[in-house]
Amino acid sequence: MSVTVQADPATPAGSAGLSPRRPIGDRAFQVLALASGLLVLVILVLIAITMSQQSTTWFSSAGWSGVFSIDWDPAHGKFGAMAFLYGTVIVSLIAIIVAYPVSMGVALLLTEVVPRRWSRPIVYVIDLLAVVPSVVWGLWGILILVPWLQTAIYAHVASAVNGIWILGNLFGFLNGNYVSGASFFTAGLILAIMITPIVTSLSREVMATVPTTDKEGAYALGATRWEMIRGAVWPHSQTGIVGAVLLGLGRAMGETIAVALVIGASPTISSHLFTPGYAMPAVIALQFGEATVGEFRAALIGMGVLLFLLTIIVNLSARAVIGRHARSMGGA
Amino acid sequence: MAVITTDQAAVDLREPSGWRRAKNQFATAAMWFSFLCMLVPLGFVLVTVIAKGASVISWQFLTNSTIPPNILPANVGGMGAAVVGTLEITGFAAVMAIPLGVLGAVYLNEYGGNRPLARVLSFFSDVMTGVPSIVMGLFIFTIWVLHFGYSGLAGSFALACLMLPIVIRSSYEMLRLVPNSLREGSYALGATKARVTLTVVLPAAIGGIVSGALLAVARAAGETAPLLFTILTVEATNTNLFHGANTSLSWQIWENAQQPYAGAVARGWGAALTLIAIAFILMIVARLVTARFARYSQ
Repeated sequence: MSVTVQADPATPAGSAGLSPRRPIGDRAFQVLALASGLLVLVILVLIAITMSQQSTTWFSSAGWSGVFSIDWDPAHGKFGAMAFLYGTVIVSLIAIIVAYPVSMGVALLLTEVVPRRWSRPIVYVIDLLAVVPSVVWGLWGILILVPWLQTAIYAHVASAVNGIWILGNLFGFLNGNYVSGASFFTAGLILAIMITPIVTSLSREVMATVPTTDKEGAYALGATRWEMIRGAVWPHSQTGIVGAVLLGLGRAMGETIAVALVIGASPTISSHLFTPGYAMPAVIALQFGEATVGEFRAALIGMGVLLFLLTIIVNLSARAVIGRHARSMGGA
Repeated sequence: MAVITTDQAAVDLREPSGWRRAKNQFATAAMWFSFLCMLVPLGFVLVTVIAKGASVISWQFLTNSTIPPNILPANVGGMGAAVVGTLEITGFAAVMAIPLGVLGAVYLNEYGGNRPLARVLSFFSDVMTGVPSIVMGLFIFTIWVLHFGYSGLAGSFALACLMLPIVIRSSYEMLRLVPNSLREGSYALGATKARVTLTVVLPAAIGGIVSGALLAVARAAGETAPLLFTILTVEATNTNLFHGANTSLSWQIWENAQQPYAGAVARGWGAALTLIAIAFILMIVARLVTARFARYSQ
């Protein structure tokens, strides 16, 4: 993030416009580069247009109340997205709540505790974690993690907290003795593993911008390392970390395959986290094959539009927060 | 007497009181514990995939072009079709996305500078990195598959859309590190801007650009969601990227993970090991390239 400020490379003397005095190849290259840059904008606009077009039948025939209803019954033409929206939000929140402390811990470990030479292997672990494909997490999740969590963890936790106010509603049995390994909570855990690398490396970049003088000042006042972190690192990096967490949240919302495999595929709204649920990307992945024509397909593509909007909003706010952080710190 | 008091005072200043020290030690332990929380799932998944996948993988498994029906045991047929599919789809996506991404980054850093358009484009390429992969799949489905049908090419388009913003971002960061004196020196010799960029700036940043691109390819090779609605799936090798349905390792894992048959599940683990191996090799090559060729680093 921190780059030495240098003169703007874009404007060497006399090269600004596409003046006819410049050789044709030179101008062509500039146009080519500009076109490649514009491609990003073109793709984003096309995504918005074509996908909205393909989903208009759903939005117009279902209306606001239909789109946000909890009725999902494709056989009877009921396409309410509320259960999926709920699942996406719940699962992403679980992921963030689990991933946040772990990411902060590892980021602090890397920036403040471990000497430079030793940070290499830790960064390597983060990279490996980031490069394990989503579908492999899903395969491992459904075949290994789900059965193990169900018998070894969820059943015990549920019997321990059953009947306790709030805790019982979240982690207790549903209908007496029912918990499922394939559930909101498992999906959240898998997502947490998957977004930890990105949240960690972004937070680490933010923490690396804390001025050494601030840290040395804290140490000079006799602070312990933890007090230094609370007094110097934390206030400086707070906004940047909010941005990192929001980016992680955006990732979690859009993550498809692993969630589709472990969430249990049941379009229900329930406060019980150890029961099967559903999420927007998961329903698109699992049911698109059956949705050959008509409103079913329009509804699934429409769900893609909602997901697109949701992640764009989360990302825009993340970028806005990070931009503000960068400006207030006077850095790059 | 006086000597002893100053001595004690000095000790008090240096050593934090018991409670503060305990808190500090607890915090450090918590940080190491969080690293452990990261290490355990990674180790667990790697050990499982290797243990279950290694017994399935053989030369026949990697090259046999017919993916057998799910009920057959793991020693029949192989994943050759999926290996070929993954390589050709990801490869062509890289051929499209890397040059365009590098050119886009060249625009942002060399031509755009602080102009509003460049800042808007830079901002939206960041936003585009956040678009979910399944949305990219749906997008290519609506814009391409509905008109031209399923093909490996459609899958390549979807993966290229995912890779493009990542390549732009990583190349841009690398171009920013190239010292301006290099550019100024070339301009002083009378070179045009295109020439300076192609023969001085890009070669100076090539290590970082290549390693960023390889990481993007590694991520794309493992993607499943963008391929679900673009390549459909086949059981035999399809070497024609431009026509007909195709398949990929990630797709096969996704399908086999949902099967009750032991043979199919075993093939799923084998495909997972192959896919992880491909992704890790790309990542390690990227690291080596960075270590060996990067001239300017952050």
